[in-house]
Amino acid sequence: MATISKQTTGHLGGNLDGAPGSRLGPAASLMMQHYRQQLRTRRVYTAITIGVFLVVLFASLKFANDANAGKFFERLPYMFDFIRSFVPDSPMEIIRAMFDLPSPYADGSLKYDYTADRHYITETFYIPNFFYQLIITINIALVSTIIGSAIAFVLCFFASTNLVGAGPVRFVVRRIMEILRAFPEIVIAGLLTAILSIGPIAAIIAITVHTIGALGKLFFEVVENSDMKPDEGLRAAGASWVERVRFAIVPQVLPNFVSYTLLRAEVNVRASTIIGAVGGGGIGEVFRLAIGRDHAAKTYAIIILLLVSVIAIDQFSSWLRRRLIGQQSFELGRGAA
Amino acid sequence: MPSVPAINASDRERLRETYPQVFHRSFLQRYGLLIGSGLILAYLVACFFAFNVGPAFRNGQWDRASLYLQDWYSWRAQPRLRFQDDGTVKPQWSSRGQYAEGSDISWLKPTEGGGYRVTYGSEADRLDVTPGRVDVYLNGTVYPVTIDSNAATAPADAPSALRQDGAKVLVDYGFEGQAEIRPAQVYVQRRFLGWANFLFDTKSAFWGKSWGELAHLATIGERLDPARSNIGHMRDDFLGNNVWQHADILSKLLQTLVMAFVGTLLGTLFAFPLAFIAARNITRNRAANWGMKRLFDFLRSVDMLIWALFFTRSFGPGPIPGIAAIFFTDAGALGKVYSEAVENVDDKQREGVKSVGAPSVIVNRFGVVPQVLPVFISQSLYFWESNTRSATVIGAVGAGGIGLKLLEAMGTNADWDKVAYMVLLILIVVFLFDNVSNAIRSRLIGGPTH
Repeated sequence: MATISKQTTGHLGGNLDGAPGSRLGPAASLMMQHYRQQLRTRRVYTAITIGVFLVVLFASLKFANDANAGKFFERLPYMFDFIRSFVPDSPMEIIRAMFDLPSPYADGSLKYDYTADRHYITETFYIPNFFYQLIITINIALVSTIIGSAIAFVLCFFASTNLVGAGPVRFVVRRIMEILRAFPEIVIAGLLTAILSIGPIAAIIAITVHTIGALGKLFFEVVENSDMKPDEGLRAAGASWVERVRFAIVPQVLPNFVSYTLLRAEVNVRASTIIGAVGGGGIGEVFRLAIGRDHAAKTYAIIILLLVSVIAIDQFSSWLRRRLIGQQSFELGRGAA
Repeated sequence: MPSVPAINASDRERLRETYPQVFHRSFLQRYGLLIGSGLILAYLVACFFAFNVGPAFRNGQWDRASLYLQDWYSWRAQPRLRFQDDGTVKPQWSSRGQYAEGSDISWLKPTEGGGYRVTYGSEADRLDVTPGRVDVYLNGTVYPVTIDSNAATAPADAPSALRQDGAKVLVDYGFEGQAEIRPAQVYVQRRFLGWANFLFDTKSAFWGKSWGELAHLATIGERLDPARSNIGHMRDDFLGNNVWQHADILSKLLQTLVMAFVGTLLGTLFAFPLAFIAARNITRNRAANWGMKRLFDFLRSVDMLIWALFFTRSFGPGPIPGIAAIFFTDAGALGKVYSEAVENVDDKQREGVKSVGAPSVIVNRFGVVPQVLPVFISQSLYFWESNTRSATVIGAVGAGGIGLKLLEAMGTNADWDKVAYMVLLILIVVFLFDNVSNAIRSRLIGGPTH
């Protein structure tokens, strides 16, 4: 593998250093020689890096394949069979499942029993179950984003070097944020489920905890990059620490904070579906049950609902972010981390 | 009070006219924040009632909560002291017993009359158990609990730590443990700091040895098993620990890491060439740009949960569904980020390479890739970090790895020490990866590290 990649880079590079050395003076040809040598060393390093990467990749793939319950190439045909067999009886079934309308295929089994899960608001008006679950999921995400961002907002100023110095306060707050960020969400959700019984509260707290850590880190990075001149001005006028933060830092960082919070809200909608599937309730759990029981129409209805709502939320929040801070609103990777 | 500069009327007028944006703010500017916060607060209050937060917290089993949390850092020994017909007491251990058969336990000693003495921390807090009666020592004071065939009866002057509960008598020694005195047996629960038998289980030859003894055995001691060295023997016994299942947990952890690593790497390799097709300035074909961007949007918007469950149904539980789920979501997300980076490159370098007559592959290789590669790698590293965490959750859904193991351990409500162990492993790994990826990133694109 290593030799192949070496040859490829060699071929590509050949077009660049193609100047014939004979026509150069002695000093220039010495330089060319050094350049070539450096290039050669770099190519060797590149080849070694790529080689190591490939070895690790193939070792990982083999390990993953060995550890899996079904082997990849054995199961691949089954996957296509599964996709082919996993179709609803008619396209209309998806619509019926989505809006909890009675199905003509109804045979008393759970598979076609769409109407039982209706959530009646009045005598005649109901919310279809999947919409109801979707609303729960989105509300879990929103509540945890609001609470998490509020706590992160308070904490982030104590983690910024330019506001509290590099002392123990910064150290402690940053370590707290790191632990909150890295602590597995399912453990918090699981522990709270054992105490509070199953419900959305466990999911809210689990996602809030993670949001505090993740947003706190992004927030204090913004604070540290803020312009300190307004702060100096306020300090010269004798303002207290709180006043300096309030009038010098917050106005500068608020647009960025709001943008990151919106990005986090998007991420949290996804997180709350997943936590829901593990036991937090909401659309995630309904989806897990539907696909696990081979209810094709219900599964597709949920996929469509989720897809539409995620795209809508993404579009809305990116529009809002662009209005707030312009083009630098697309730091997808950072928000996700 | 420092002297306040006095402003006369004309100055005030002048200032008002010079800075109208400061003195005449619109309604929204003045009260927007207040109204916004009010709305958010109202929303939170509404959710508080909609989610039944109050009743859920009131009905929460908080006594269990403290028990579970204590299990994170301590362990319980739970022998049952059964009263035999011949007038003696016999300890009986559950299958999860933390002591080897016939081992000498310092807090559970047989007494001369065939009974047992259970000490809770000191001689002043102990139980002297005989079939007819149990002497409960609380802070040095003795309270005899009499037992007949129907009931155990506490003395009338018993303090609150010694409580009659129907036919049983409950004794509470705080953190050190509890005891339940019943007509046929005494159910003892004794708590200790730390994790029981973390290194070796009771079947191992190294069980119950002190650190000094273990170090001696590992270095210069005689071989316990002539066939293999003591270090190798220790390693086998450690990994084969039946209670803690180190081998299983470590391999599950590795599965989770592999999921994140391979998923992100394949996503990167997939998104890299396609980002060039999606970028408007590289591929001058609107249909191809549009199609590729919608593909990225689709891959990104389908929830990771959907991919994970779909592939779990197809391939069975294990790392393959995890890899596939991370790959599909990340291919979309990375493709979007990459194509935006490519669209923002400086065109001068491409023109330079193009002007010497290079074909388009070479133009992109030397005109675009050197500009965007650091951004690409740094974004992929961010995704790798975040995927190490999401792989845990994906695993719990059914994709295997440490997530599923965590869920199993939590499901029993008795293995919280194992949960703590796995959480600790995850925290260590995440910190390690954060630092590695930060180090690589700061070398690539400079700037501060955190």
